[in-house]
Amino acid sequence: MSRTMPTVPFAEVRTGMRARVARAPIGTVEAKRLQEMGLTEGAEFEVLRVAPLGDPVEIQLRGYRLCLRRRETVGVEVEVLEG
Amino acid sequence: MALRVEQAGVAKEAALVAVVGNPNAGKTSLFNCLTGAKQKVANYPGVTVERAAGKVRLADKTVEVIDVPGLYSLEAVSEDERVAVDVLRGEFGGEGRPDLLVVAIDAGNLERNLYFFSQLADAGFPLVVALTKTDVLSQSGSKVDADRLSVLLGVDVIPVVPHKGRGLAELKQAISRNLESPRMPIRELGFPHALESHVNALHERLARAGFDVQRNDVRQALLGAKSEFAEGLRELPELEIALQEAQAELQAQGFLKPSLDVTGRYQWASAIQSAVLRKAAMPLRKSLTDRLDFALTHRVFGLALFVGVMYLVFQSIYTFAQPLMAGIGWAFDRLGDLVGPPLAGVPWLRSLVVDGILAGVGTLLTFLPQICILFLLIAALEGTGYLARAAFMMDRLLGWCGLNGRAFIPLLSSFACAIPGVMSARIMPDKRSRLATILVAPLMSCSARLPVYLLLIGAFIEPQFGAGWAGFALFAMHLLGLLVAIPIAWVLNRTVVRGKRLPFLLELPPYQLPKWRDVWIAVYFRGKVFVQTAGTVIVVMSVMIWALVYFPRSQADEALYRAEFARSEEAQLLHDEELFVQGRLMESSYLGRFGRVIEPAFEPAGFDWRLATAILSAFPARETMVSGLGILFNVGGSADESSRDLRSALQTAKWPDGRPLVTPWTAVGLMVFFALCCQCMSTLAAIRRETNTWKWPVFVFVYMTALAYLGAVFVNQLGIWMG
Repeated sequence: MSRTMPTVPFAEVRTGMRARVARAPIGTVEAKRLQEMGLTEGAEFEVLRVAPLGDPVEIQLRGYRLCLRRRETVGVEVEVLEG
Repeated sequence: MALRVEQAGVAKEAALVAVVGNPNAGKTSLFNCLTGAKQKVANYPGVTVERAAGKVRLADKTVEVIDVPGLYSLEAVSEDERVAVDVLRGEFGGEGRPDLLVVAIDAGNLERNLYFFSQLADAGFPLVVALTKTDVLSQSGSKVDADRLSVLLGVDVIPVVPHKGRGLAELKQAISRNLESPRMPIRELGFPHALESHVNALHERLARAGFDVQRNDVRQALLGAKSEFAEGLRELPELEIALQEAQAELQAQGFLKPSLDVTGRYQWASAIQSAVLRKAAMPLRKSLTDRLDFALTHRVFGLALFVGVMYLVFQSIYTFAQPLMAGIGWAFDRLGDLVGPPLAGVPWLRSLVVDGILAGVGTLLTFLPQICILFLLIAALEGTGYLARAAFMMDRLLGWCGLNGRAFIPLLSSFACAIPGVMSARIMPDKRSRLATILVAPLMSCSARLPVYLLLIGAFIEPQFGAGWAGFALFAMHLLGLLVAIPIAWVLNRTVVRGKRLPFLLELPPYQLPKWRDVWIAVYFRGKVFVQTAGTVIVVMSVMIWALVYFPRSQADEALYRAEFARSEEAQLLHDEELFVQGRLMESSYLGRFGRVIEPAFEPAGFDWRLATAILSAFPARETMVSGLGILFNVGGSADESSRDLRSALQTAKWPDGRPLVTPWTAVGLMVFFALCCQCMSTLAAIRRETNTWKWPVFVFVYMTALAYLGAVFVNQLGIWMG
C-alpha cells in the first residue's frame, strides 16, 4: 500500500468508485459505530449508487450493502482505487 | 460466570433463552418459527422497546424464548440497544438473565455478523449459533461449512431455514444440550497475544478485588479509549498504575491504538469467513438484487415506482379500508338498536351503553382495518427489502429536520389516520427519530378532519367565493399540517427529543419474497396489541366524555326546556321541539357549561361557547364535531357535513349582540384550529401505547392545542384587521 496516495473525504465519493478507507476517526460514538459497521481503516468498498436526491450513498462493504449519509461520515478519508 | 448461570437456572421455573443477532439476520423469522403465533407482546416497563416472548417445547422441558431487538454491537448507544444489552446481561429490572443465547448469524453476511458474535463471545455468554439464510447463499452457488465454523467458534452451529422448517429440530436439540451443559465460545478473537495477556491479568485483578467487569471494557481501557470504565479506574491507584505500565509496553509494541478493538475483531471475522465460506466462481451475470436495484432506485423509474407504491399504501388505508370501517360502524349501530330498547326504561343507562360504551368500542374497532392493512403492507414491503430502498430514496427529503427516510410511511399514513401512522413509526429503529415522527404525525390532516372542512367550506367559502377557492381551501388545509410539521420536527429534534444520536445507517438487504408467516404474525400482533392496550384508554375516555355531555340531566330540566319551547314563538318557528330540547340539554351539560366558561378564551379566535363546546365534544373522534354542531345549533345530532339545515344554521347564527357568529374568516380560523389541534383521544391512546408513558400524549395534546389556538386567533384577528 502506497503511503503517498492522495486521499479524499468520504463525502466526495461518486457512483462506481472503488476505494479503501485511509483514515477512520475515533473518539465519538458515531465514529465508533461507523467502524463497527465495518468501515475500518483498510476496508475496501465500492460505491453502488447515490440516492436520487443526492444523498445518502449506498456502498458494498464486507459483502453487504450499507447506506450512509455523506455528512455523517465527517473525518473518514478514502483512497480512490478505481473510478 | 458459569456458576451464575447454574444458580439462575435452579432459581427459575423455566429456562430463559434469548434470540439475538444483527438486524436483518433473520432473527425474528427464527423466533416466529420457534414459538409460533403463541407469543406475548408487551413493552418493557418504562421504555418504548417491545418485548416479544413465547414458549418452546423441547424434548424434556418447555423453555421461555424472548426476541431481543436487533443489535449491531454490544456497545449500546440508542435506547433500544441499551434495553437489548441490559436484557442480555440480566440487568434489566424484572427480567432474569438469559440462560442461553441463540445467535442468528446471516450466512451471507458473515464478517459483520461475526463481529457481533466476537463481542458476545468476549462477554462470556453461553450461546448457540443459528446459521440463517443458507438457502439464499446457496442460490448464488456459495456455501458455508457449518461444522468447520462450529470448531472455529467453539460452539454449536446449526444451519436453519426457519420458514421451511429446516434445522429447527436440530436447533431445539442444541438448545436442550446447552441448557444442560453450556458450551462457552472461544476467547481467542484475533487480538495480539501481548494485549490479551494484559487484558487477562487486569481482568483477574479486578475480579479478585470484587469488580464484575467486561473483558471488552478492560481491553478498551488498555487500548486508550475514553470510557466510564477508564474513568472509574482512576479511583483505584494501584490498578491505574498497572494499566499505565501495560499501556507503555503496548505502546512500544505498536498496539496502543483504540481502533484496534474494532479492526482486530474484523481481522478475526475476516479470517473465519475465509476459512468457512466456499465462494462460487465470480458470477458472470449481475445478481438479481443488482438488476432490481438499478430499476427500483433509479432517478426516474425508481421515484415513479415509489410514488406508485406509496399511492397504493395510502389508498389502501384511505379508501380500501372504508367498507370494512363502515361495516364495523354499521354493526355497532345495529347493536345499539338491539340493546337500546330493553334499556329504554333507564335513559341514562341506555345512553351510557349505547352512546358511551358501544360508541367507544366501535371507535376502537373501526381503526383495526386501517392498522391491519397498513401493517400487512409494511411487513410485506419490509420482507421484500423494498422498505429499506424507499427509506434510501426519501432520506434526503426528511433527514434535514431530524427525521429520516423511514419516517415517510408513518407520515403518509397519518394523512389517512394518525393511529396507524403513529403505530407504524416503529419501523424506525432509532428512538429519537421515532419519537419525533410520532410527535408530528398527528399534524397531518387525517380523513376524520375532512367532514369539518367540507361543512365549513360548503357553508362559507363555496357560496361566496366559488368552487375554485373551495378546492384551494381544502388543499390548503391538508398542506397546513405538513408545513407546520417540518419546523416543529426541527425544533423538537433540538429540544425535547433528547438522547444519543446515531448516524443513519441503513442496511439494504438482498431482495426476496416476504415470509408470509412473519407477515401474518406482525399483522396479528399489531392489531391485538392495539385493541388490548389502546382499547382500554379509548373506551374509558369515550365514557368520560359521554358523562360530561350527558350529566347533569333530570326529568325536571327536560320539562323546563319543553315549557320554554312552548312559550317561545321564535323557537317554534325555527326549531323542532325534540332538537330544541336536545340542544338545551347539551348547553346545560357539564361540557356545555365548560364551553361557556372558556368562551372568553376563545373570543379572540371568534368562537362562541357553542363552537367551543362542539370542539370539546369532538375529543372522542374528530368527525363527531359535525354532529356536536348539529345538536348545539338545534338541527339534531344526525346532521352530516352536507346537511343544508346545519349549513344555514351556521350561516345565520349570531352573537348575542347581533353580529354574525361565523364569517368566512372565522370559518377559516375554525378549520385551522381543527387542522392543528389534537382533538382525538384514539391518537393520544396510540401515542401512550407506543411511547409507554403519558408524558408524550400530554405533550402532543398541549402543543397542538396551543398551535391550533394561536392559528385560529391569528386568522380571526387578521380578518378583523382587514375588515
